[in-house]
Amino acid sequence: MMEKMIFGRFIPGDSVVHRMDPRAKILFVFLFIAIVFVANNAWGYAILLGFTLLVVFLSKIRLYFLINGLKPVFILLIFTFFLHLFFTREGDLLFSFGFIEIYEEGLRQGIFISIRFLVLVFMTSVLTLTTSPISITDGIEVLLGPFKKIKLPVHELALMMSISLRFIPTLMDETGKILKAQMARGSDIGSGPMKERVKAVVPLLIPLFVSAFKRAEDLATAMEVRGYRGGEGRTRYRQLNWQLADTLSLVLLAGLTAVLWYFRA
Amino acid sequence: MNTEILSFENVTFTYNTEDETMRPAVENVTFSIESGEWIALVGHNGSGKSTMAKLMNGLLFPNEGKVKVFGHTMSEETLWDIRSQMGMVFQNPDNQFVGATVQDDVAFALENNGVPHAQMVERVHVALSQVKMEDYKDHEPHHLSGGQKQRVAIAGALAMRPKLLILDEATSMLDPQGRMEVIETIRRLRESTGLTVISITHDLEEAALAERIIVMNRGQKHVEGTPAAVFNEGSELTEMGLDLPFAMRMTHLLQEAGVALQEEHMTEDKLVDELWKYYSRA
Ligand SMILES: Nc1ncnc2c1ncn2[C@@H]1O[C@H](COP(=O)(O)OP(=O)(O)OP(=O)(O)O)[C@@H](O)[C@H]1O
Ligand SMILES: [Mg+2]
Repeated sequence: MMEKMIFGRFIPGDSVVHRMDPRAKILFVFLFIAIVFVANNAWGYAILLGFTLLVVFLSKIRLYFLINGLKPVFILLIFTFFLHLFFTREGDLLFSFGFIEIYEEGLRQGIFISIRFLVLVFMTSVLTLTTSPISITDGIEVLLGPFKKIKLPVHELALMMSISLRFIPTLMDETGKILKAQMARGSDIGSGPMKERVKAVVPLLIPLFVSAFKRAEDLATAMEVRGYRGGEGRTRYRQLNWQLADTLSLVLLAGLTAVLWYFRA
Repeated sequence: MNTEILSFENVTFTYNTEDETMRPAVENVTFSIESGEWIALVGHNGSGKSTMAKLMNGLLFPNEGKVKVFGHTMSEETLWDIRSQMGMVFQNPDNQFVGATVQDDVAFALENNGVPHAQMVERVHVALSQVKMEDYKDHEPHHLSGGQKQRVAIAGALAMRPKLLILDEATSMLDPQGRMEVIETIRRLRESTGLTVISITHDLEEAALAERIIVMNRGQKHVEGTPAAVFNEGSELTEMGLDLPFAMRMTHLLQEAGVALQEEHMTEDKLVDELWKYYSRA
């Protein structure tokens, strides 16, 4: 289940979308989120869906893979669909069976909301699937750059994020080791009533926290020794490179907005 | 050539804790290291080695005495300048890896010191080839072995072109293979660049490779001298909780057992050589 879940995962690859500047991708997704709300009729939603599928196609991510990986999200989607279907009582009555009554407007709303939800999830998944977490961090750092003026610690936030990302696998390994060590001592986390299981997690968390603090201390020392003094006067090793494709992607988005506006009821 | 690169003059340091009875972690230590030397700093657990390393790069300042590095007395003003010319590698390979990938990590000190991008690329490349890790430049830390991570840490230090490299038990968490890799890397670096190295270690086998050994005991300098001279203390070192190199213990045991070996041997190769000669004589 966890292996198949692709929300927030990065799959290296070679496509136009993979090669785009992370800044362009982040801007693109944020603008897209806003633009989605321009659509308000069947035409608009059809165009949105088509556009999203085009982006998925360009990113060379297999649609099947995407749908399969987002299964838990679909459960939520279906739930929202039925919520709208059953509880909107406007327009003509289409169908009634006992206490269930489905109205035209309910069906419309249900479909529209589902599409909106779907394109948003697809678009953000394309962003995270095609961009390494560290590139996303870089992109965010540069995009938020102007906020340094109002004393937002942009560099520090980005560094925190990249260090957290860097230590996730290390801490996962460690959790595995502690788990085995506790199991070897006869602790049983996998079974028993809920209360017992929660209790069994405590001896797992405490050593994990202790070691995480030790790591943090060591890391701080190592960073200081290597001359880290905050963001001031630092240069960047990873350079971002804005290319024609990045500008074009934003132009494409402007085109989409125009088309959506044209078809808007 | 023989210029002094680092010195301690009557340095005493006590950690600031609630405990009033706390004894100094480093007590009245004096020594001096010349450019190009390979020094091993050995001592039992808690003998003050790491504290000395921290005094050397200004993570701590002495309560009494003076620490001089590259001719400057360590102080708040000289600190960053000194640090930029000194590399340091710590014990735990995981806890000093800052970057997302190998090359990012090597570049970290360069970024901190504001080195321009074009120069950074070049220096990262050179540093990685010095430790023979250039094929791994895009790897993430959790896909590397401990020895490889330590070599990356060394590259990270080398990228700044330091005059002095301090290794605080950099090999103690590694398996024999990783330990070999790291020691070999240091040896090669010294041959090609004449880098000054201070290696802090528990392992007298590793210390035997150095030109000079400083032995610490309960915060004080116990002896200082060439490996041969220091190992002559034999039982005294063992009492201090240090293990003599395997070849030396073997030599002593053989001598006790009546095998008339001529010399003290610090390396297995030399011991084996003499044993062959002995065998052919017998
Ligand atoms: N942060 C600290 N606060 C208080 N006391 C400390 C601190 N760090 C070390 N000490 C004490 O100072 C003494 C010297 O410690 P140090 O870490 O320098 O020893 P070491 O020779 O590096 O030992 P090891 O071989 O275990 O690494 C020890 O008695 C230790 O308990
Ligand atoms: Mg130590």
